[in-house]
Amino acid sequence: MKIDRRSFLSLGIGAGAGIALTPLPWKLADDSSIWTQMWPWTPVPARGEATYVNSACSLCPGSCGISVRKIDERAVKIEGMEGHPVNDGGVCPIGIAGLQLLYGQTRVKTPLKRVGKRGEGKWQKISWDEAISEVSSNLAELRKSGNPQSLACISGSGRYGTVSGLFQRFMTAFGSPNFMSVPSFVDGYSMALKQMHGIDSIPGFDFENSDFILSFGSGIIDGWGAPVRMFKANANMKGKIVQIEPRLSNTAAKADKWIPIKPGTEAALALGLAHVIIKKSLYNKDFISKHSFGFDDMTGTDGKKVKGFKSLVMEKYTPASVARITDTSAEMIEELAVSFAKASSPLAVCGRGKGTAQGSLDEYIAVHALNALLGRVNTKGGVWAVEQPNYISWPYPDMDKIAEKGFASARIDGAGTDEFPLAGQLAHRFVNAVADAGRKEIPVEALLIEGANPLHQFSDTKAVKKAFSKIKFIASFSSYMDDSAQFADIILPNHCYLERYEDIPAPAGLQKPVIGISRPVVAPKYNTLHSGDAIIRIAKALGDKIESSFSWDSYEACLQATFREAWSKLDSVGFLINQKYGAPGWDQFETESKLFEFISSADGAKTGRDKDEIVNIADIEGKGDKKYNLTLISYDSIRLASGSVGNTPFMIKAVADTILKENDIFVEINPKTAKDAGVKEGAKAVLTTPKGSANVRVHLFEGIVPGVIAMPRGLGHTGDDKYLSGKGVNVHDLIGPVEDPASGLDAAWGIRAKLAKA
Amino acid sequence: MKKEHKHVKSNKKYGMVIDLDKCTGCGACMVSCMAENNVPFKADESNKLDSITWMRVYKLTNDKPYPDTEICYLPRPCQHCEGQHEGHSPCVSVCPATATDYSMETGIVSQIYTRCFGCRYCMAACPYHARYFNWWDPVWPEGMEESLNPDVSVRMRGIVEKCSFCFHRYQRAMEKAHFEDRHELEENEYQTACTQACPSGAITFGDLNNESHAVYKLKKNPNAFRLLERLGTNPKIYYVSSREWVRLAGDNYRPDEKMTAKHKPAKHAPAKQH
Repeated sequence: MKIDRRSFLSLGIGAGAGIALTPLPWKLADDSSIWTQMWPWTPVPARGEATYVNSACSLCPGSCGISVRKIDERAVKIEGMEGHPVNDGGVCPIGIAGLQLLYGQTRVKTPLKRVGKRGEGKWQKISWDEAISEVSSNLAELRKSGNPQSLACISGSGRYGTVSGLFQRFMTAFGSPNFMSVPSFVDGYSMALKQMHGIDSIPGFDFENSDFILSFGSGIIDGWGAPVRMFKANANMKGKIVQIEPRLSNTAAKADKWIPIKPGTEAALALGLAHVIIKKSLYNKDFISKHSFGFDDMTGTDGKKVKGFKSLVMEKYTPASVARITDTSAEMIEELAVSFAKASSPLAVCGRGKGTAQGSLDEYIAVHALNALLGRVNTKGGVWAVEQPNYISWPYPDMDKIAEKGFASARIDGAGTDEFPLAGQLAHRFVNAVADAGRKEIPVEALLIEGANPLHQFSDTKAVKKAFSKIKFIASFSSYMDDSAQFADIILPNHCYLERYEDIPAPAGLQKPVIGISRPVVAPKYNTLHSGDAIIRIAKALGDKIESSFSWDSYEACLQATFREAWSKLDSVGFLINQKYGAPGWDQFETESKLFEFISSADGAKTGRDKDEIVNIADIEGKGDKKYNLTLISYDSIRLASGSVGNTPFMIKAVADTILKENDIFVEINPKTAKDAGVKEGAKAVLTTPKGSANVRVHLFEGIVPGVIAMPRGLGHTGDDKYLSGKGVNVHDLIGPVEDPASGLDAAWGIRAKLAKA
Repeated sequence: MKKEHKHVKSNKKYGMVIDLDKCTGCGACMVSCMAENNVPFKADESNKLDSITWMRVYKLTNDKPYPDTEICYLPRPCQHCEGQHEGHSPCVSVCPATATDYSMETGIVSQIYTRCFGCRYCMAACPYHARYFNWWDPVWPEGMEESLNPDVSVRMRGIVEKCSFCFHRYQRAMEKAHFEDRHELEENEYQTACTQACPSGAITFGDLNNESHAVYKLKKNPNAFRLLERLGTNPKIYYVSSREWVRLAGDNYRPDEKMTAKHKPAKHAPAKQH
């Protein structure tokens, strides 16, 4: 057949039309779009049986119950546990993102021994036997040289629980008093309760039954206390919330009223309110006359007149003078005091931001006194001195002579000594004692770090690093390669919190005694070991009487033995709660006077306080230095994890671009301040404080007191992965501790600073 | 014997009422959504134009000088627009591949990944920036793919994705219902991941047509409004705010523009978005 032009064209057109009429082109287009999307590197999650495992979250002191959805052996989603006394089904972003810690890139997968220089990141994989004997042989040296007290331990696990309990027990049996937990507002508040109520207790706040919450900077919905419980309390609040804070935080924005105040003057404002309440006779006369001590003037045993709380407040804290101190107005103070006092169930709270700083004792005393003035202590809808969890009833550890001698020596941080009799622990003093020590007299030779990240969490990180550099041997028990683990000599990785058992008592700020239990959601993924087991094995390896103090075969055996018959209930229900626990009442004061004490009836030396002053407002570093014309404060956000773990990839995604842009952190300043400093929105600038300087960007925000710079807390990690590491600045690099002379607590709430165009 | 197949016409219209007075901006909804829906993540997510967040919480301010400044957070999932007549959503009507569709059964605007070839016409059409394009292949570092949810397909480079009202949860609930020989769901049987996660209870999800569902009543709140209502997109997300400046911010009027009587305030203060 001859193909001429005509037949060629008609055949071609015909074929074209024919094909176009078939589904072929559409099928091909569809197929190509399907096949170009089926790349081998795009994961296809495996199907399987769906189940839920209940556990407890230990990523913050909130201790929420969680319910984890699993597909076969994979954990795929964390949800809140329904019916849990802390969070009842609610959950926070940090908690939801927890699987990214479990499966994340930061896990330490096997015991590691440092081979390069400290912090260089060169590690050698070792076995658990080697790791345990490495630690025990290093520690044995200390006892051999008769210096067991030169061992220190920083614990970040839930206080009063068995894990921190085992570490504390190990320290005691070893012969060192130098055990400390990560600082918290609970340190300061408990100290105030010890002084005013006379008992060792923890503060519990009955928000659910209050109709007027006056918050002195507490981040009620920024992560304070048990965050999810606070979110719920805030959402269900029938009454009013008033937020006193220099910055329009989320809490301030959601409150019924925001009272911007000069940073650091909260205690004075509390006493100004007390002044008005006393002047207008709005205080609770029944409580004051029958259950309190030190309200009116008294005559001391030596016949001298001693001023009472009333006189001190009336003399020094008039609304006019307080307005001057706090940069507010006398009318506002009068008005606020009256509306607060007239509420049926008012409650004042304190502990700035998430409550991760100790704060000054004065502030807790001032705010607690304000509560007491209205009879709001140990009562429904008020603040309670809640009993400390005391379910651990292990026999006191056996101690040999070396241990007894070492344990009897004074703590390196001075807590519990004559200087600071009420303090339990003073981390910043510990850091400084080591950092400032001469080469021959370094008080700490070995350090155990458990559940904490002091190189990021503690203030003045430069000093912390200096101190750590002087310590010969640092062992980290971290599950993750965090800032502190990177700086250790040996890492004994704990199971991730979703792979292990652990009791988690006393959710922060809760008024009811609750014990939660972390249960293994999945089997340990890597060659890790429960820190409880690790410390038991170290104790056994050390032999002597230390071994006999740790008679348990394993951590789990210890945990079950601790709870005895309550264990099966705890393990199956997920928590234990004393439902009957109610407001302790006004007959529960164990002070010398058996009353609530506005002014301590004990002698001044014992409490370390000057009776002529109620509060000494601590100055911050750099005050009076003209070079620093601004004040730097840190702020907390629930979208920034700032405890022992940092943000996971999902969490970092949820951070706004006005907080982090690429690797640059933004500081917030008032447009007025920006104008004075000559910087515009988004501009790069250098922020300098007496502790150091950092490159930042500027975000103009009308919701901040002029003259104040606010920096978010939780960024600037050196450890971890590419999703977090190197992003932003750690505000603790720029702020250092300020010692409260009365209590020894770290009272820092900010630092003087300056801002210059970059 | 052939079983008679009876088609039950469903008149469901799933939607949300978000109480902005309750929203605290904590971001639990965002993170819960990411975890539930296998949303990918990159090393740097600070460029919000290419950061995939099906649910995004915006921060609004009234832009008044210190100390009268106010903040309001506004969570923005896909608005699942119904359009002027049912199914005429801005995105659905422009998609050349029928990769996004309006379900007459549930009122949910779907996104069918395997059909999408990435022209991004829908993104241009969506007035809410609710759609995101996968500029890169999603990468789960070794081990992290373990937490992927098998109910939701993982997307790949070159396609558009968005909030599905956790449609897989609807399917799961319907499967269970059918198994139990039911055709209707209880209100609590189908809830989105963000609704479930919100610790403040700000998000309420349900059938806007069903009188027994909470959203039915809540949407009638005199303070309820929808975003850019005047565009006629007819969205299924209702917001409630007691603050006038927030309600005003919902419709983006220019300062020089005349407002409808419904929105006319005493004095207009434009809201700023961050």
